[in-house]
Amino acid sequence: MRDVAIVSFSQLPSVKAIDAADEPELVQPVTADAMKQVGLTQDDIGFTCSGSTDYLPGRPFSFVAAVDGLKAFPPIRESHVEMDGAFALYEAWVRLLHGDIDTALVFSFGKCSLGPVPDILNLQNDPYYVQPLGLDSISAAALQAQAMIDAGKATERDFADVVARNRRNAIDNPNAQIKGDFSVDAMLEEPYLSSPLRKSFCPPLSDSAAAIVLAAGDRARELVKRPAWIRGIDHRTEPHALGQRDLTTSPSSTLAAEKAGLGKGKGKLDVAELHAPFAHQEIILREAMGLGEDVNVNPSGGALAANSLMTAGLIRFGEAASRILSGDASRALAHTTNGVCLQHNLVAVLEGE
Amino acid sequence: MAEHCAVIGIGQTKHRESRRDLSIPGLVRDAALRALQDADMTWKDIDSIVIGTAPDMFEGVMMPELWLSDALGAAGKPIFRVHTAGSVGGSTAVVASHLVQGGVHEKVLTLAFEKQSEANAMWALSPAIPFQPQLVAGAGGYFAPLIRSYIRRADAHPDTGCMVAVKDRQNGLLNPNAHLHLDQTLEQVKASPMLWDPIRYSETCPSSDGAVAMVLVSEKHAGRVKNPAWVKGTSVRTERTFFAGRDQVNPAAGKLCAKDVYDEAGIRNPLKEIDCAEVYVPFSWFEPMWLENLGFAEEGEGWKMTMEGKTKIGGEMPWNMSGGVMCTNPIGASGMLRFAEAARQVRGTAERHQVDGAKVALGHAYGGGSQFFAIWIVSSER
Repeated sequence: MRDVAIVSFSQLPSVKAIDAADEPELVQPVTADAMKQVGLTQDDIGFTCSGSTDYLPGRPFSFVAAVDGLKAFPPIRESHVEMDGAFALYEAWVRLLHGDIDTALVFSFGKCSLGPVPDILNLQNDPYYVQPLGLDSISAAALQAQAMIDAGKATERDFADVVARNRRNAIDNPNAQIKGDFSVDAMLEEPYLSSPLRKSFCPPLSDSAAAIVLAAGDRARELVKRPAWIRGIDHRTEPHALGQRDLTTSPSSTLAAEKAGLGKGKGKLDVAELHAPFAHQEIILREAMGLGEDVNVNPSGGALAANSLMTAGLIRFGEAASRILSGDASRALAHTTNGVCLQHNLVAVLEGE
Repeated sequence: MAEHCAVIGIGQTKHRESRRDLSIPGLVRDAALRALQDADMTWKDIDSIVIGTAPDMFEGVMMPELWLSDALGAAGKPIFRVHTAGSVGGSTAVVASHLVQGGVHEKVLTLAFEKQSEANAMWALSPAIPFQPQLVAGAGGYFAPLIRSYIRRADAHPDTGCMVAVKDRQNGLLNPNAHLHLDQTLEQVKASPMLWDPIRYSETCPSSDGAVAMVLVSEKHAGRVKNPAWVKGTSVRTERTFFAGRDQVNPAAGKLCAKDVYDEAGIRNPLKEIDCAEVYVPFSWFEPMWLENLGFAEEGEGWKMTMEGKTKIGGEMPWNMSGGVMCTNPIGASGMLRFAEAARQVRGTAERHQVDGAKVALGHAYGGGSQFFAIWIVSSER
């Protein structure tokens, strides 16, 4: 199998609202910057793939407009997934294995400011039996958090500790939306949004866009000194109905991490960027993938500090890769989740040379 | 390319205006089970699933693959969702073939569906977008000016579109899965009401419920069946929606997509080296337009092939043997139905719409306002 690496990453700062920016205006700056970092233009790109969802802007085929943020003429090899941009990266990785092209551009965009996102996410549920109940994403996550407490796996204080650490990490991240030293005790005084979740245990809703350039083999080595090689990447899903799962575990993450080669290879893991929008989900994911205290989890602040739907996962890949590209880490894990209560998970192991 | 990829299982639902007898999970499961049966496989044999469908708003379920995971036996496996406008059925099959060719998975189930009876696609395609004029005419209203432009440029015979409609509907009579079974004469088609000049009612595709599935495997597993269809070339190409000089009648993205697959499959003269094609023709006039765009006819000459009957079964270059999109249009599945029919032809399993001795076939899908294209070429020989 060909070696494929992340060679550049660009993101728009995650903010509450990027006003008056349509799809091309979100996409153009990040794609142009990611290519510029490695001296490429769209004409040098072999394959382009993006991830987004129509339910944020509230209209069908919203990704069609995004193509107008690119120089897509002469016509480009292009695809789109109705999933987080990290899954677009997966498709681009598969495409590069084909061997006929050496570079790929991946991007995603999401504007949570356009609608009531927790309510919209109810539309991911079974339309016959669950959607009519109005199970918004915060209530669904609350069921999972309560299951953690009931199983004795975590307390509300543990949730608050996760939030405090992530948002403290975010102080050094110019692209994060919520950052600072937050008191655990003060968080535990907040009213419940949906018991046992308090506002701080939930992610912000952000607008953002992100882009990554992938390159294969020697092409990657030409473009950067230290490519972030994708040593393994895999994704797995679980049954959809919440009642069919043990919500306190994430067997799909365990399996995806194993298939991605987390247990194999040399050296310890330095960094893990986990896409855990809700505080308790980080605890579940750490356990599922066996990440100990020695792993620096979410140095960027993670999704608790910046959470643009459809982009937060790709940003995890970019943040993890950036630390390898810069030489600060040798081995990193990047993770993205999809669906209600961690139903579907994508894991990649990245390494320097 | 690390591996050869073959289609060894194909299944589809019966397509109807409304499959009220099946839920959405029931619809996809019906197609998937038929494909598994055709491949002599069970759910356990499948390593990975790639699913495609058109905008989620058509059924009102956001990212429906999350919900459909259970119906498709996906727990513990990867399930991947592609969405590239009307070309999605084609692009989805292309991603599945690349998973096999790249050596990522050996046995992939790919599937596409649409249950149009859950919504109204024509109006779902005409939303009011801020600062843009609202297109209150659906896809037909969008494409009619392009067809008028084609007729003017090619000086095409005005009956061409009606001839395509008659031919595709006759082919549809041979296909028990087709939605429309209409035994229409040229006079009847010409007498149907004008919707978007020059598109008459009988020159448009229906709105259908349906799903289609294929099992794609690496060479190691192709021997499970005696007649695999080998994937010889694949491509997806996209161009921008807005730029000066864009030719929407004969789009560059379609031409380049065809060139990609011909190059990969080693085809120099598609008219001579391809035995038949299933091409995305949602409005009848797109047959002559795509004959030219895909290089089966010189520019301005495509309509003559249609008028001379060359695109009929038994003609020089049969197109849309299954009845095509003109008979069956579950939007998200329409592209994959084309890809699947191409594979059926080279496997020799197309029953009454089989082209005798078909060895090489082309499957095609396009979408958006003709910006998005996906094509594959399959062959009975590796």
